[in-house]
Amino acid sequence: MTQGTTDRSFFTHNAAELAKQVQDGEVRAVARVISLLENRDPIGAAVLTHLSPSMNRAFVIGITGYPGTGKSTLIDQLIIAYRRLGQKVGVLAVDTSSPVTGGAVLGDRIRMQRHTDDPQVYIRSMATRGHQGGLAAATRQAIRVLEGAAYGVILIETVGVGQNELDVMHVVHTVVAVVAPGLGDDIQAMKAGLLEIADIVVVNKGDREGADATLRDLREWCKTVIRTVAVKGEGIAGLIAVIAEHERWRDLDSPELHKRRGLSIDLGTRAG
Amino acid sequence: MTVAATPLRILIGKVGLDGHDRGVKLVARALRDAGVEIIYTGLHQSPEQIVTTAIQEDVQAIGLSIHSGAHNSLFPRVLGLLREQGAGDIVLFGGGIIPDEDVPRLKAAGVQMLFRPATPMHDIVEFVNGLRTER
Repeated sequence: MTQGTTDRSFFTHNAAELAKQVQDGEVRAVARVISLLENRDPIGAAVLTHLSPSMNRAFVIGITGYPGTGKSTLIDQLIIAYRRLGQKVGVLAVDTSSPVTGGAVLGDRIRMQRHTDDPQVYIRSMATRGHQGGLAAATRQAIRVLEGAAYGVILIETVGVGQNELDVMHVVHTVVAVVAPGLGDDIQAMKAGLLEIADIVVVNKGDREGADATLRDLREWCKTVIRTVAVKGEGIAGLIAVIAEHERWRDLDSPELHKRRGLSIDLGTRAG
Repeated sequence: MTVAATPLRILIGKVGLDGHDRGVKLVARALRDAGVEIIYTGLHQSPEQIVTTAIQEDVQAIGLSIHSGAHNSLFPRVLGLLREQGAGDIVLFGGGIIPDEDVPRLKAAGVQMLFRPATPMHDIVEFVNGLRTER
């Protein structure tokens, strides 16, 4: 028996109506419009043109870094922190599609599943579908959909990158690069690429052997380096503080905008 | 490239207090190899978490693995939540240790397919590929 084929009334092919539903914060509409954009359906692009005029301005943070350094766990912690600041949080987590079959196992959100019970948090997994550069082709458009639905903070998790998948720098305001101890010497810290585009470098798993040396090496070359132990929530307040500081510099032209974003917290909580 | 323009998106996960995830991981991997985008939620999900995730991810179907004996309450609960949230178009299927006598009732309730021990992987892949035309 085929169940529920009658239950599609929410879904309209009318772009203006879909845009309205997105702006009302209807999660099914947000999710469906992102699918339309991923599938290059012209209705998706039409929805974006309806969203543009009243576009809210979100704060978009990119979390990038080598595979297995703890990007998803760090995002889980950032969600907690931004929810405490009263922000509505959207997450776009990108994982790799198979170049052979086009299939994918999208598992980033496993680390974030506790937030599914929070209606102010939206998490979406995106497969790269052959797109190079660390993001999906539709990631930038998906950000605009989430902005349209009034998500104030949008966290973008790239695929686990090498040194040369740097698209994220073009779509976010603040790039956070995550590394783990023991992945190379001070010469690695000098190289062009990932660490060069990072506004903030996070040494996660910062309680592991070699973390002190990694921090020391990176601090010679990168302006802002933070130690975290994401699984224990350590160092997150410090990270939030430097992200807010970075954003304050970007917003210097518009103090009003900065205030409206509501990202600042007491810098007294900042940890090393 | 031979990649389909719009891959199927399927949620695969485990509900309730049941840590047996070897089978569900094999299924996820086989479907990946069949060109499907799998959203894998991991262990110990509540029916609420499964349904919210399915909606956020805009999946065509949910596949749940249940080895705990709680299938008679968990499957209907997921179906009920899907309908409550206007997402009754999302197909629910499942697998695990489910006795013969429970199958007709679960199917009547709206579980589209149940795969039981010793099902060839090919059957599962074929079923999921069959969902491609239903949307």
